[in-house]
Amino acid sequence: MSQQPSATVAGATPTPETRQKKSAARFDANPAKAGWLTKLVLVLICFLWMVPLFGTFVTSFRTVNAADTSGWWTFLGSLDELTLDNYREALQGSDMGVGLINSFAITLPATFIPLLVAAFAAYAFTFMEFPGRDFLFLAIVSLLVVPNYVAFVPMLQIYDTLNLNGTFPAVWLAHIGFGMSLAIYILRNYMATLPMTVIESAKVDGASHFQTFWRLVLPMSVPALAGFAIFQFLWVWNDLLVALVFIGPGDNAPVTQQLSQLKGQFGQGANLTTAGAFITMLVPVAVFLALQRFFVRGLTAGAVKG
Amino acid sequence: MWIKMFNALLTVLYGVGAALIIYWALNKLAELLPAKLEERLKPYFYILPAYLAISVYLLYPAIQTVINSFQDRTSEEWVGLQNYSDLLSSAAFRDTLFNTVLWMLVVPAATVVLGLAVATLADRLKPSTEKLTKTIIFLPMAISLVGAAVIWDLVYAVRPAGQPQTGLQNAIVTVLGFDPITWLQESTLHLNSFLLMLVLLWAQVGFAMVLLSAAVKGVPVDTLEAARIDGANERKIFFQVVVPQIKGTIITVFITVLISVMKIFDIVFVMTRGNYNTNVLGNEFFTQLNTNFNNGAAAAVVVLLMVAVIPVMFYQVKHFKAEEANA
Repeated sequence: MSQQPSATVAGATPTPETRQKKSAARFDANPAKAGWLTKLVLVLICFLWMVPLFGTFVTSFRTVNAADTSGWWTFLGSLDELTLDNYREALQGSDMGVGLINSFAITLPATFIPLLVAAFAAYAFTFMEFPGRDFLFLAIVSLLVVPNYVAFVPMLQIYDTLNLNGTFPAVWLAHIGFGMSLAIYILRNYMATLPMTVIESAKVDGASHFQTFWRLVLPMSVPALAGFAIFQFLWVWNDLLVALVFIGPGDNAPVTQQLSQLKGQFGQGANLTTAGAFITMLVPVAVFLALQRFFVRGLTAGAVKG
Repeated sequence: MWIKMFNALLTVLYGVGAALIIYWALNKLAELLPAKLEERLKPYFYILPAYLAISVYLLYPAIQTVINSFQDRTSEEWVGLQNYSDLLSSAAFRDTLFNTVLWMLVVPAATVVLGLAVATLADRLKPSTEKLTKTIIFLPMAISLVGAAVIWDLVYAVRPAGQPQTGLQNAIVTVLGFDPITWLQESTLHLNSFLLMLVLLWAQVGFAMVLLSAAVKGVPVDTLEAARIDGANERKIFFQVVVPQIKGTIITVFITVLISVMKIFDIVFVMTRGNYNTNVLGNEFFTQLNTNFNNGAAAAVVVLLMVAVIPVMFYQVKHFKAEEANA
């Protein structure tokens, strides 16, 4: 999300799971076939989607002079002007190498810590009866839409007294707090689809809640856990605002913030900013492409009504 | 610098480990209690840490922000409604509000329409091609909006007339014989705001497409076939059979995008800094906080955002309750 397509998913998707089984049985889901017009439209859209990305890719390998005096689409005419210098310059001269480490240092804890905390809460909401349960869960649902902007001014003041501004824990904790309601929501909706009978028979066999959670529910919830983990990873890695507010310029800045600074420098060549852009997107795009299946499943399954 | 990385990994281990130990301890603590009390209290122990995080980072700040919005720039003196009246009486801020509303009107609707179009059309391709198409449209979702801004700069870039253009749009414009246009400064009819919206659209349509695609595939084939047997054409099937059945998902996607658009910050901040009449609430907040160092005004901007979100919140809760009732 990017300013991520933000942290709210409420849902009403009919279960894709059952449908997939059906479509495997009858080997094509949709009997309607694409005509040439459909194909043309889709090819056109895909082309439009990829052109800016391709232009960025090409520009990141061009010399300052080439990038400044001709369009990237002319690069085939000047292949000898292609270079790796931009990446070297961005990584070393502009410190984006350090920024990459910072991004990892910010993102990893902010992704994994909320998972477990949210999983426990989701378990309680799904498999335990207690007074106030519905109310407390509705609170989560309504908090999904509260903009995280509310936290900035008050937390800056608190961090100031704790001397936390500019440090990694300041961002970790913020992301853990911001991601919590969505995590609980997604995990709870997923857990509600688990077969109740299995959990009940574990109870009959004398398993405690802790054991049921740890040995049964957590392993069964892996798709939703993976889905949320990827979502949170992309969201934290790509975040700019939280980093700008709580970390600010300096040694701990993540790559998104460095790229924003790089772009803000007057007269900065497109060759360098595009190389910077590719450095920032390498990790999330790799994660995305490798784990797309889980991501999509988490996104849709989380939105599925249990 | 590898120390940072090492520390991060340690933090993951410690964080997850500590969380586990806390839960284990809470669990043990509950088990020490009489059985009856244990059953009663355990659920609260399980949700306690999560609610602690939410209370510290959302509930308390929300209240504190409302308080701050009635105080001066350093949150020391009470100033009543001063921050609000200052903001609302400024013509620039009214433009900012108008721009934000423009984003809210255009982007969510456009995202849903485009996402649904791609989802529906791609559903007719053979599975391997469908997957490739969807990956291409979905990919920008993994790219930060800062990155997207840099990428789209190559589309909107401008060079003085007579020089070779480096921006795609101006290359086309000059080939057609017109003078190059400084796209991002062209605020006539809010052209530049629309161009910024295009960047967000590029980034978010994939998200809409993925959810809508799952919904489209979930429409029972029987209903499609029945309509076909009754002689309905594809257009009619789409609008009268498919759309009504996926209405829930359409609304969900619409609301999700709407909320993120209300808070839009990165694109505007990186591409125009809110200049040339492209400012929006998110960027105004950051300007007040980081450039003007005015906590009061920044908090007032956030309160306006919160007020705008309240109807969505009510809808969300109502929608959720209806869903639960159907379960």
